[in-house]
Amino acid sequence: MAQKTMIQAITDALAVELKNDENVLVFGEDVGKNGGVFRATEGLQDEFGEERVFDTPLAESGIGGLAIGLALEGYRPVPEIQFFGFVFEVMDSVVGQMARLRYRTGGTRTAPITIRAPFGGGVHTPELHADNLEGLMAQSPGLKVVIPSTPYDAKGLLISAIRDNDPVVFLEHMKLYRSFREEVPEGEYTVPLGKAAVRREGTDVTIIAYGAMVQESVKAAEALEKDGVSAEVIDLRTISPLDTETIVTSVKKTGRVVMVQEAQKQAGIAANVIAEINDRAILSLEAPVMRVTAPDSVFPFSQAEQVWLPNHNDIIQRVKEVLAF
Amino acid sequence: MASKTKKAVIDQKKYFDALSKQFEMVQILNEKGEVVHPELMPDLNDDQLVELMTRMVWTRVLDQRSISLNRQGRLGFYAPTAGQEASQLASHYALDKADYILPGYRDVPQLIWHGLPLTKAFLFSRGHFAGNQYPDDLNVLPPQIIIGAQIVQAAGVALGLKKRDKKQVVITYTGDGGSSQGDFYEGMNFAGAFHAPAIFVVQNNQFAISTPREKQTAAPTLAQKAVAAGIVGIQVDGMDPLAVYAATHFARERAVNGEGPTLIETLTYRYGPHTLSGDDPTRYRTKELDGEWELKDPIVRFRAFLEEKGLWNEEKENEVIEQAKEEIKTAIKEADATPKQKVTDLLNNMYETPTASVKEQLAIYEAKESK
Repeated sequence: MAQKTMIQAITDALAVELKNDENVLVFGEDVGKNGGVFRATEGLQDEFGEERVFDTPLAESGIGGLAIGLALEGYRPVPEIQFFGFVFEVMDSVVGQMARLRYRTGGTRTAPITIRAPFGGGVHTPELHADNLEGLMAQSPGLKVVIPSTPYDAKGLLISAIRDNDPVVFLEHMKLYRSFREEVPEGEYTVPLGKAAVRREGTDVTIIAYGAMVQESVKAAEALEKDGVSAEVIDLRTISPLDTETIVTSVKKTGRVVMVQEAQKQAGIAANVIAEINDRAILSLEAPVMRVTAPDSVFPFSQAEQVWLPNHNDIIQRVKEVLAF
Repeated sequence: MASKTKKAVIDQKKYFDALSKQFEMVQILNEKGEVVHPELMPDLNDDQLVELMTRMVWTRVLDQRSISLNRQGRLGFYAPTAGQEASQLASHYALDKADYILPGYRDVPQLIWHGLPLTKAFLFSRGHFAGNQYPDDLNVLPPQIIIGAQIVQAAGVALGLKKRDKKQVVITYTGDGGSSQGDFYEGMNFAGAFHAPAIFVVQNNQFAISTPREKQTAAPTLAQKAVAAGIVGIQVDGMDPLAVYAATHFARERAVNGEGPTLIETLTYRYGPHTLSGDDPTRYRTKELDGEWELKDPIVRFRAFLEEKGLWNEEKENEVIEQAKEEIKTAIKEADATPKQKVTDLLNNMYETPTASVKEQLAIYEAKESK
């Protein structure tokens, strides 16, 4: 076991799968010799060669098409989109094409593709680097959308994503890349897709979060504990499909819920989580399910991130409102 | 000094004239079926020439029957192909069975001649998933509706073939309008950068729905768009089966020899509307223009060529026509007999293992369907 950052855990997962399966191919803009703009693919081209880990021309749509075509030839592509704000260039390949391939061919052709892309605020990136666009992906039948919040999960979820025979969008929060270390086992292990994790057990209120908001939620829960409030924190890990079972079990125990996302109120997946709770556990609710989200503006100019991004204080305040309802 | 400058100007003109001529239309058979470029004549024996004509006639019948079956409500979405037989079938005839085809929505004939059962083509038209369930060894995708998407995907297939060291190519088709898409450029450019074995065919049938080709681009040819990707571009007479075959054969040889992709522009015409979903070409096309292109009919000129060689006659052609009609009748009956689609079929085709949410919905629709 070694202490690893999330980015190291991701590199580790890619190396494990490149070694395990000769059909795994890693490609994108500057992922080869350069080792990726965040060093996520560092050393992989040296170890596995240019046939397995390679750079592409600067065109996201072309990268998406390349992945689909390689999948048709029996490869297991793991392309990278340099920043997820650039997904609009490749929306057709992802949502219009690979997400539909199994269905449109009646199950006779598949797209075992894992798209990796960084996203997320708090690191003062320029325009359209940090936007939280996971909601667009979660609305697309045929895709699975995974957002890890810890190094251990990042490795296990990425290995699962690569082995999945359907397309997975794997979103990596930039603020979490190097913010802390965690014990990460050597070699292969998997974390199942579609399964949430209870990060902290509690009895008074359920806080549901994903991505960088998990840490904020845990921080909020720790502060609330000092005020005598026992908060349970659920890390969704996969935002599509949702693990409604884990959510409902917790809601039935606590009766109160705050749903937290970094995305704007009209975006993300909070509304979907709330709808599922209303469908499945309304009789357990002592109060309406409330949300912590970003405001419905375009992602902020970098200097305005601090006042715009949701944080643990917003979560604490919302929990108190739910408790006082 | 003055005379020196003048000389330079003349050289420039020559230079640019030569550049513009680089993409002049290649023709082997003229409208009368006469061989105008014997030095370009492809190496096809008599049986192969007859087979190509057979396919073109058969496909013309398929187009005529498809239009009437559509009007009777026995087919759904249909994009007419009459006029494009040389462009579609002679390019396909230059391929190997193991080559890949990534077709556009008008390119059903190539799929059929690559091995797609006619019944499935009809089910595709009607909108039934069984029409897109292809055998494992049929190296094609269903017709692509998003114009340009097939081009970037072809770059990926081509790279895959290259990585597997297969002596195969991928061919993909789009129209004149499609050459304005970003994916058209990206796909060619990717295949070029990876030196991948792809053939990009632009079937320039003069109109993208109602928009004439001149409104797509100021470029005098579409073939010259290859220059932007650094690949070879060829413009051929798309009504001339021998020129289309020769160009595709050349492109295929280059590709399997590791020399990279080729763009082929076929100058062709669709005699019918864009699709049968309400398009009326009399709104944007003149009778005179239709008439001009009818004189160029690929079947007329190839018939004249083959008759001259004693390889074709009316009796033979009627045999093909009757056989086509018979096969079409059988295929439509088979399509009629295909079980109707259920929501559970659609849900089951979404993922290898249904997600929890899909499982819940499967249970709901199974209950509905068992009533």
